[in-house]
Amino acid sequence: MSYFLQQVINGLQLGSVYALIALGYTLVYGIIRLINFAHGDVFMIGAYLGFYAVARFALPFPIALIIAMLGCAMIGIIIEKLAYKPLRNAPRIACLITALGVSLFLENFCSLKFVFGPNYLAYPRPFAVTNYNIGNVVISNIQIIVFVVAIVLMILLNIFVTKTKTGMAMRAVAFDKNTAQLMGIDVNLIISITFGIGSALAGAGGVLYGIAYPQIHPFMGIMPGLKAFVAAVLGGIGIIPGAMLGAGIMGMVEVLTSAYISSTMRDAIAFLVLLIVLIIKPAGLLGKSSIEKV
Amino acid sequence: MKNRNLQTIIIAILSYIIIQLLMLFGIINPYLQQIICYAGIMIISALGLNLIYGFTGQFSLGHAAFFGIGAYTSAFIIKLANLNITFYLIIGIIAAALLTGVIAFIVGLPILRLRSDYLGIATLGFGIIIKVLFDNADAVFPIMGGSRGMLGIPPLTNFIWVFLVVLISVIVLRNLINSAPGRALISVREDEIASEAVGINTAKYKTLGFVIGSIYAGIAGALYAHLYAFLHPDNFYFLKSIDVLLIVVLGGMASISGTIVASVLWVFLLEGLRIVLPEAILDWRLVIYPLLLILIMIFRPEGIFGKREFKFLKYREQKQK
Repeated sequence: MSYFLQQVINGLQLGSVYALIALGYTLVYGIIRLINFAHGDVFMIGAYLGFYAVARFALPFPIALIIAMLGCAMIGIIIEKLAYKPLRNAPRIACLITALGVSLFLENFCSLKFVFGPNYLAYPRPFAVTNYNIGNVVISNIQIIVFVVAIVLMILLNIFVTKTKTGMAMRAVAFDKNTAQLMGIDVNLIISITFGIGSALAGAGGVLYGIAYPQIHPFMGIMPGLKAFVAAVLGGIGIIPGAMLGAGIMGMVEVLTSAYISSTMRDAIAFLVLLIVLIIKPAGLLGKSSIEKV
Repeated sequence: MKNRNLQTIIIAILSYIIIQLLMLFGIINPYLQQIICYAGIMIISALGLNLIYGFTGQFSLGHAAFFGIGAYTSAFIIKLANLNITFYLIIGIIAAALLTGVIAFIVGLPILRLRSDYLGIATLGFGIIIKVLFDNADAVFPIMGGSRGMLGIPPLTNFIWVFLVVLISVIVLRNLINSAPGRALISVREDEIASEAVGINTAKYKTLGFVIGSIYAGIAGALYAHLYAFLHPDNFYFLKSIDVLLIVVLGGMASISGTIVASVLWVFLLEGLRIVLPEAILDWRLVIYPLLLILIMIFRPEGIFGKREFKFLKYREQKQK
């Protein structure tokens, strides 16, 4: 039983990182209906920014987190301006392929020697690891930090989207871009803000991932990115609570598969869950199935 | 119509003779010959994806998985039965085609109900599952090697095989899309609801396109397995599906000529740059090609050829107005 509880805690830790990435996918998809494949690589850049802040400049952890978030927000906005904006009215597939292109570019560019280099790097722990025993279950301070930071960021995002005027504009653009424009909303600005927020969350996710699983390399973003995307689809893409729920499930499924079946099978099981959900309920767990209009 | 077929065959025979002559005089060395074979394999695989995506409009990111299934099937049978004669490659090809066809049918039936992005992500999931299965295959079949890779596959693929299969693939695809079922495939791409309204069984035709396209991938995989005589699950990762997708899009969706040209360009650019570029900036190769892709998407989203075809690949002369 305590083994199971321990795995649930590990699953929550992984799930919180996935949730931060998945939120970026969901926000962007909700607004411009684009699967931003480069999002996983923004996550990777976030991890590296945090790495440099902590390892090279010896900055304290909160400042490293903020630097990573700001840096990623800027990169997200630049990517949107350069690559996606010229394609605003192009067919969806053109955008999708551009996103794949941006993703490949970031991965290969970052593995150049003068950027981040192709090697695995050990992530420094910004503070000593302490373990707390609760009954038979061990919780480390790292796990607590990952969990708390993720929850705080998600609550902030929720307040931003539901309570502020910009958040309201975001929801309006997601609902109907043209009408939103007629109501005087600067759609391009809102899209930029969305990319910025989504990328900042991914950056935070990158730093948390770095301190939780202390090893980084330029291609580290692919799998977490894909799984976070799966999480977003699982919960219902475009729906913010859906992304959190989906990420929690994905983290749990992955950790429990590693614990009880085999760690080599965890990717297969994770994507099997996706296939089953897509076949049974394609709109996701929290999504409403749309009626096809002719 | 007869005339066109004749023209296609003449051009095919001519290009075959030219390449054979070049080989005879030693201008094409074995390394180059291998690259030419690889380009042919990419053509077959990309034609399959073009049928699924370009002609039928079903977004698939699982193409490399079918390629891998074909490769492992053929390698498994040929190695197990120890068929070391080039002609017996036909057995591997047929087995690969059958198995990929059956798997594509079983998988396609439920997931082809999904649309665009969702279909893409479902096929991507399928691809990752298949790759994990390859990784763990040695638990059931030690001969497949699992994540250590499969060694000692008889190298049966030669230029004649690749050339013949490419030729047949091109002719079959060209004739297919100009037949009644082919028109149905295209109408599904253009407007699913409207095609349903005029009595086309869209589910049936989507599955048909998906199965035939996947069989193409399987056949290409069989040739690939016996070209390099070594298989590794990483060669069938979903990133390889993206490579094929890029070829189809660069060449021009729903253009057979475009796919052929783009496959050849792709293989020769990737390999060619490896030779031409100095060691120091070799890494830039992988930076340049996604950039190229983004630029093409922004400035010429219809690809190199758009929907145009070479004259000899057209089914019949288009009448001038």
